[in-house]
Formats: sequence, structure tokens, C-alpha cells
Amino acid sequence: MSELMTRPIPAPAVSLETRPFFDAAAEGRFTIKRCTACGEAHWYPRAICPYCHSDRTVWEESPGTGVIYTYSVMWRSPSGPYAIGYVTLDEGISLLTNFVDVAPDGLRIGMRVKVKFQPTEGGPPVPVFAPA
Amino acid sequence: MSIKGKAYVMGAFEHPTRDAPDKTTAQLHAESARGALEDAGLSFDDVDAYFCAGDAPGFGAMSMIDYMGLRNVRHMDTTETGGSSYLVHLNHACQAIAEGKVNVALITLAGRPRNGGGRPGIPGGSAPKDGRLVDGAPEQGFESVYGGSTHNTYGMCAMRHMYEYGTTSEQLAWIKVAASHHAQWNDHAFLKDVVTVEQVVNSRMIADPLHLLDCCVVTDGGGAVIVTSPEVARSLNRPRVKVLGAAEAPKTPMGGKALDLTTCAAAWSGPKAFAEAGVTPADMKYASIYDSFTITVLMTLEDLGFCAKGEGGKFVADGALISGVGKLPFNTDGGGLCNNHPTNRGGITKIIETVRQLRGEAHPKVQVPNCDLALAHGTGGSLGVRHGSATVIMEREG
Repeated sequence: MSELMTRPIPAPAVSLETRPFFDAAAEGRFTIKRCTACGEAHWYPRAICPYCHSDRTVWEESPGTGVIYTYSVMWRSPSGPYAIGYVTLDEGISLLTNFVDVAPDGLRIGMRVKVKFQPTEGGPPVPVFAPA
Repeated sequence: MSIKGKAYVMGAFEHPTRDAPDKTTAQLHAESARGALEDAGLSFDDVDAYFCAGDAPGFGAMSMIDYMGLRNVRHMDTTETGGSSYLVHLNHACQAIAEGKVNVALITLAGRPRNGGGRPGIPGGSAPKDGRLVDGAPEQGFESVYGGSTHNTYGMCAMRHMYEYGTTSEQLAWIKVAASHHAQWNDHAFLKDVVTVEQVVNSRMIADPLHLLDCCVVTDGGGAVIVTSPEVARSLNRPRVKVLGAAEAPKTPMGGKALDLTTCAAAWSGPKAFAEAGVTPADMKYASIYDSFTITVLMTLEDLGFCAKGEGGKFVADGALISGVGKLPFNTDGGGLCNNHPTNRGGITKIIETVRQLRGEAHPKVQVPNCDLALAHGTGGSLGVRHGSATVIMEREG
């Protein structure tokens, strides 16, 4: 139970809309999209704001800090247990992710976590979260 | 009833592009939607019905509803007939409006065959190995990489429900126990053995906090349903099951603000179906509740209004769902948890057991006496990411 979790991650599908995110990720920078018309941040990143439907959305660097909203450790896995969950960023938006560098019994809802980038199998790195 | 004169086309927009190297298919859908809404003088928030076909990327109508932030949609249709789909959608939209179910329907089409993307009928799939850009489901790069399955995404809902409301594994286990009590009488059930709360909570952990026995069975199989006009129904020599009300709704993360994994789309489909039928949850003699996992049942019962939000654990405990024992007999065929979940889609078996109960044709050991009013509810997709719900209320006639 005390072994730290990690999980091989396949290459993410990168689109025209999300290429800037993955280019930044390759440089170790975590970015989110914010709408300059209504001021709201959103996740996953889109060209058009899902709240006010303006196309005045811009990339913004985020410290990638937040709290665990929920999680589930998957035990039925050939590569060992891994944790999926949502993080609510300090910017107020929640994203789906994996939790790493933590034991399966070490996770708690409300725990502070921080982003890190995990290499993928043949693609750009993706954001995962570890205890802050 | 006819659609004649009951619906109007008030917005129309043809996207000006003929070559879109710099935009995704999802983006073209959203830009087209915005154009038509602006043409009509309406907003995205006015839309309560969404129609799309196979050119829309992602999971049915759900991915585009999520991408576009269509937060008031209560009606979806993804009928696919190739290039004619959008005229079929117009017809279906008129029917929904004529019925009084919805007021503003949005129909979109978009694609980028000149740029290798958005080919109708071809889903996004996994990322290409050569680093090429993809044009599939807009959420794809931010979700599938994390190893989400039904088990662990429903597990996330159960974990949050326990955190917010103190729900316990033992309470969830009672749902499986009730299903197993019913399945013992079903000769066709995949699992026929009665289980105890202890057996459920001591079964192997699959995805925290869901154990093996919190999960539905995986089965081959099928089913079918016939729906007729009142005239045909009266001409047939079978008990008549009348549909009194029906409603549907999607639920998606919609931009990630105010994520709420302890509520499902039944919170919208349920009240609309009850209102149309003119009945309340307390009137139900029987309920078929989608049971992909025990947590699916618990959240659905709360959101349909059988108990207050957060009280589901207490509601289902101590045999409350066992026919002849508890206050709300459910899934008397043994449900997806014990009987059948054909091709991982439990919706049709929910209708079928409701029909058996209303006809008085359920197994005598589980038949609800004088069962004249019942409900069937389906949950599809992932409760923990994006899903669609439907609630149907049925009555025995005569």
C-alpha cells in the first residue's frame, strides 16, 4: 500500500485548438484559457468561451495549484494501482487528472496538490498532480 | 397531433468558410450555432433542445453540448441518416416543440474534409503516433489519457458523495443485496446467489470506494420494445402499459466551473417527467433504476426526489428496495447488478421489467401487488464526466 503511484500515459490527442497548451507543457509551463470578454477561466481549453461564447479567449499561465475535489484509486490495472480524480484549481475551475508520487492510501479530498508534467508514450507531456 | 403550424424556423446561418485549415470541427459547430442564434436574436442559454448527427465530434450530443456550454438543454437527438440528417432533425424538432416539450431547438452541422478532419462517422480515436494534429472529440486530449473507465469515474462520484454526506459502503451494499434477493427468482439471471452486506463490502476493491459487488455484470444479450398508438394497443390482446410522461437531460462538466459530481441529470429529467405525468415519486409502486453501479442507484433516487439530496444512504438501507419487504421495490429482475447488462447498456432491460411489473407478469416472488404506476430511469455515459439521463413514467390501463 505504501508504494508511490505512477502510470504509463499514452500520447494525448492534440488539436488545432489545444496545440498551444501542449507546446507550453513541453516547456514545463501549465496554462489555462480565460475569456477577456467575461473574465471567466474554463477547462478544458477552447477557442470559444463556454460561458459567454466570445472568441476572445487567451492563454494564461497558472501556478497549477489547487485541492483534490475527488479521486478513485483503480486497482484493476496491469501496471499497478493508479489514481484518477478532479483537482479544483485556485482559479476556480476543475480538471480531470491522475495523482502521482503518493501512495494509494495517501490521498484525501481537500488535500493541496500541485501540477507536474509527466512524459507520455510518444507525445507531449500531460499535467498530473502531486501533493503540494 | 400534427406539426402543421406548430413550429417556426427563426434562425439560419451558413458558415462562410469553404476551407478551414485553422479551426477545429467543434469550433465550426460552435461558430455556426452562434451565427444562427444571432440571426434569430436568441442566446445559447435560450436553447433547450440540441440536434446533431455523426459529423459532431465526441460522444453523441454530449461532447458538443459540453463544448458549447449549452447549459439548459433538456432534449437531445442524434438521429443519423447521412446528409439528410438535418431535415430529419428539423422534423423531430417540430415534433418536440409541437408536444410542448421544448421551445428553442438548435441543429448544427460542420466538418473539414479539405483538412483531413471531422469526417462524418469516424470518431476521434486515439492519438496518431506521428504527432499529427487530430480533430476529434474536443475533450479528448484532456480526459482519455488519464485512464478513466466506468469503474473509477463512478468511483469518483461515490467518493465525493461519501465526503459530502457521510454515505457508507454498507449503505451502498444494500442496493446490491436487494438486487440479489430479486435475482434468485430469475432463471435467466447471470448471478443468482443472494449476497449479504458483509459479502459486498468484503469483495475485492475495484476502484475506490467501489467493490467488485458494487459493479454490474458484463453480459451478452439484447432486448426490444414495441410502442404503439392507442388504437393499435386496444386492438391487441395484451395488458396495456400507457406512457404518462417522459423527459431527458444531459450533464457535463461544462467548462469546469462549479463541478458537482454528487448530482446527476435525473435532477432535470425526473421532475419534468413527473410533472407531465401529474404524479409524484411517492405515487410509484415500482421503479426500474439504472444500476451500472450501486452509486448510480443511490444518486438517481435522490435526484428523482424519492428522498432528499444526501439522504440516499439512509433511504436504501435495511432492505428498503426489496420487493415485499421495503418501501420502494426496485429492479425486480435482479437489475444490471445481478441479472443482465447486455452489451454494457442497461436501458432496455429497465423498460422491460417495468412492463412486466405493470402487466403483473413479474415473478410471483417479486411481483408488486396491484402495481399500476411505475417508473423506468436510464443513465448513460459516465456519471463522473458526462452523461445523459431519461425518465419514463408508465401506468397500467384497465
